[in-house]
Amino acid sequence: MEKGINVTLKVWRQKNETSAGSFETYKVQANPDMSFLEMFDVLNEQLITEGKDPVAFDHDCREGICGMCSMVINGRPHGPKGGITTCQLHMRSFKDGDIIVVEPFRANSFGVIKDLSVDRTAFDRIIAAGGFVSVNTGNAVDANNILIPKEIADKAFEAATCIGCGACVSACKNASAMLFVGAKVTQLALLPQGKAERQSRVVAMVNQMDAEGFGACTNTGACAAECPKEIPLSVIATMNREYLAAKLNGK
Amino acid sequence: MTLDSKIPEGQLSEKWTKYRSSVALVNPANKRNLEIIVVGTGLAGASAAASLAEMGYKVKAFCFQDSPRRAHSIAAQGGINAAKNYQNDGDSVYRLFYDTIKGGDYRAREGNVHRLAEVSASIIDQCVAQGVPFAREYGGTLSNRSFGGTQVQRTFYAAGQTGQQLLLGAYSALERQIGLGNVKMYNRHEMLEVVKIDGKARGIIARDLISGELERHFGHAVLLCTGGYGNVFYLSTNAMGSNVTAAWKAHKTGAFFGNPCFTQIHPTCIPVSGHYQSKLTLMSESLRNDGRIWVPKAKGDNRNPNDIPEEERDYYLERRYPAFGNLVPRDVASRAAKERCDAGYGVGPSKMAVYLDFRFNLMNKYGRAEASKLGIENPDDETLVKLGKEVIKEKYGNLFDMYKQITDEDPYEVPMRIYPAVHYTMGGLWVDYELMTTVPGLYALGEANFSDHGANRLGASALMQGLADGYFVIPYTIGTYLSKEIATKSIPTDHEAFVEAEKRCADVLDTLMGIQGGQTVESFHRRLGQIMWNKCGMGRTAEGLKEAIAEIQQLREEFWKEVRVPGSRFEFNPELEKAGRVADFLELGELMCKDALHRNESCGGHFREEYQTEEGEAMRDDDNFKYVAAWEFKNMSDWDMHKENLVYENIKIAQRSYK
Ligand SMILES: Cc1cc2nc3c(=O)[nH]c(=O)nc-3n(C[C@H](O)[C@H](O)[C@H](O)COP(=O)(O)OP(=O)(O)OC[C@H]3O[C@@H](n4cnc5c(N)ncnc54)[C@H](O)[C@@H]3O)c2cc1C
Ligand code: SF4
Ligand code: FES
Repeated sequence: MEKGINVTLKVWRQKNETSAGSFETYKVQANPDMSFLEMFDVLNEQLITEGKDPVAFDHDCREGICGMCSMVINGRPHGPKGGITTCQLHMRSFKDGDIIVVEPFRANSFGVIKDLSVDRTAFDRIIAAGGFVSVNTGNAVDANNILIPKEIADKAFEAATCIGCGACVSACKNASAMLFVGAKVTQLALLPQGKAERQSRVVAMVNQMDAEGFGACTNTGACAAECPKEIPLSVIATMNREYLAAKLNGK
Repeated sequence: MTLDSKIPEGQLSEKWTKYRSSVALVNPANKRNLEIIVVGTGLAGASAAASLAEMGYKVKAFCFQDSPRRAHSIAAQGGINAAKNYQNDGDSVYRLFYDTIKGGDYRAREGNVHRLAEVSASIIDQCVAQGVPFAREYGGTLSNRSFGGTQVQRTFYAAGQTGQQLLLGAYSALERQIGLGNVKMYNRHEMLEVVKIDGKARGIIARDLISGELERHFGHAVLLCTGGYGNVFYLSTNAMGSNVTAAWKAHKTGAFFGNPCFTQIHPTCIPVSGHYQSKLTLMSESLRNDGRIWVPKAKGDNRNPNDIPEEERDYYLERRYPAFGNLVPRDVASRAAKERCDAGYGVGPSKMAVYLDFRFNLMNKYGRAEASKLGIENPDDETLVKLGKEVIKEKYGNLFDMYKQITDEDPYEVPMRIYPAVHYTMGGLWVDYELMTTVPGLYALGEANFSDHGANRLGASALMQGLADGYFVIPYTIGTYLSKEIATKSIPTDHEAFVEAEKRCADVLDTLMGIQGGQTVESFHRRLGQIMWNKCGMGRTAEGLKEAIAEIQQLREEFWKEVRVPGSRFEFNPELEKAGRVADFLELGELMCKDALHRNESCGGHFREEYQTEEGEAMRDDDNFKYVAAWEFKNMSDWDMHKENLVYENIKIAQRSYK
């Protein structure tokens, strides 16, 4: 009892960073229980067998945690359902006969590598600028020496669940990376371990974010609406507060 | 060649302390001239690269993903063990050591495992100092949960995302060193060869996955932290890109492969739903605390599970193992599920699944407890379900959501359908106490080595081992080797060894591109997986393994004639990457079968059907197989086996029983 649905895909094809891209149309027969990426696997096997070039896309864990998968599906990063990544989307969310438009995460700071793969290394450089606690291996005290109230630990954890996917940037009309940066700043500002470098950290990270060419935040909230991990907008407010405090302090 | 495991002399509990205090040191000025290549940035690689850079070495790190933060370690769910004894429940370094050796069915080295238990506590301290937000109690102390195979609560966790939080901690330490200029990071790079000069590892050849160019990189030492090879089975809980290539290339240049057949099959995964399936998803071991596993007593019973009355259900784990019931170790639970399905009692559309049912505990354990808290006397079923559901939701909500997302069934209403799936590989590159392979200067860390888990790994111990290796072991042990290398100048990469190694890579890539046959890489990988799963999976027989070896050889031949790789080698070409990995799996699979065939006993995850008791339990043979099988590559399909005998001076070996 194979229950099949037929969908038409309009997929962004672009050979490499410098070439111009365009949409190509493909028809795929899918099973409602397959994941969206498995549907792309089927398409790619089809293309290879026909002697054509398969669609390049990033993915690895296929369970919503590595942050590697991207894709803008019908205009929305990670597709039509909230709170999940592209790899967690299933074909049962679509109907027979649907036309599905698939594009890469677009932003000035995310160059297209090929088709649906983009370069998100700017995020790593922002973390390298300050998204850490400077503690060398072997320098730690006993883990229970510093007590952290459960509410604080839970809040820090919530911010720390960001998977670095870049959907927030892709969703934002200004291609701002504030949600991503805010999440890390918030996590480390909440924890006692992060306090010593609190001010230098936020300044260094924001400077790097600007240097990478990410846009400004105009408070439209599209980032948080599309974030697969539901990182709250409040992390941006926290970051702004931290930044202001640091600046007032002459950092 | 005799294998020297280099276990230090002396009392078990003093070996590591003594080693550390007498290991040769490298002075800071010399460290700056010593270059170390770290391949892989999972827990093992990121922690090693960061720590070595902090010490002053010059480090180059490589990963094939677009960022070091995306290594497969990110997906670990349940937790990380450490002998902190914060719960005051009798835990100790010795107990963690003992549980690990026993859980591994007495096929791991005492010296290594004891060291692992010793450093476990420092791992938690280090992670907390980095800002890893572990779960905490209201009083602010760290929280613990328990895992299979132990009787204490020693597992630290961050919801169901422990691997993510630990890796982000190690990644931030690594990024800090990158920012400081002490580590040069190469992401979207795949290592394809180890370069050996005068018998020592001196560098690697890596392919820039975006441009497709091959690059030569020199190092005074090379560390492989490249993870496990479960994807040889095609379907597994591993990330799609997890592979054996780095370890396999090292093996072919002289590093022995230890216990390749030791594979862990996890009992509770979401079953295969169709031929298009690309990977399998784990449902955490913790669910077995409250879920009861059963199948119908009648074959081919197609009724809705909720309509099958209690007396017509077979709770086969509770029946077979009354003492441990649903909480038997992973290998035992997996085999029992397979036995029922093979006998025709499986459920669901494919009949290759069993039920994991929360209803009983939801109503009777949690529902009743909540009702009595609320003072409800004689609650009806509806009330019990409602109250119990809330408790279950708080404990396992995210897993239940994940299950529903994938299967479109609501596990609060109907039992989960689960089936075992490949999860972890205990086998890997053979290493000595210093984590060095049989190639001088070439090290293996994390899941890539064979070292600490014997024939079966306990839950929450892989994260512990990866971070132990990277943060606390290699920073010391590498000094033994590098202290003798301070006079070695960095070798220019136009040395003929580099040229030849690069040419070998180019030839393989050109051959792959040139075949232009009619079958996709994926189709070969799928077929290999079928052979491995059917004949080298949960149950193995001499006959089946011999067949598998012949089939794999044939499939390999077909691959090199018929595979089709599209595009070119000088561009971003994921199909070409996959082709190279599948080519290596096609060689590894044969070795795994050969190893399984030679080991005429059943132990841990290795179950040879000929070696079982009348009740179907595993029969270990300590007289003949109490050793590590380390395989030396000679030629295609030709290996020599070396034995490292295991000596147990501190633990009395016993047969595991869970009845
Ligand atoms: C779903 C799941 C849940 C798990 N949960 C737990 C748990 O709760 N507790 C626990 O203890 N363990 C758990 N495990 C096991 C554990 O996650 C792994 O064993 C561990 O994370 C492996 O870490 P690693 O550093 O050795 O390798 P990995 O994290 O796999 O990293 C491998 C690295 O090597 C790189 N690499 C590989 N090949 C190459 C190459 N040729 N060239 C360049 N780079 C390369 C990759 O890019 C990557 O950076 C789980 C495993 C799975 C699959
Ligand atoms: S904040 Fe959300 S959308 Fe942005 S990178 Fe993190 S997980 Fe992705
Ligand atoms: S592939 Fe890892 S989050 Fe989607």
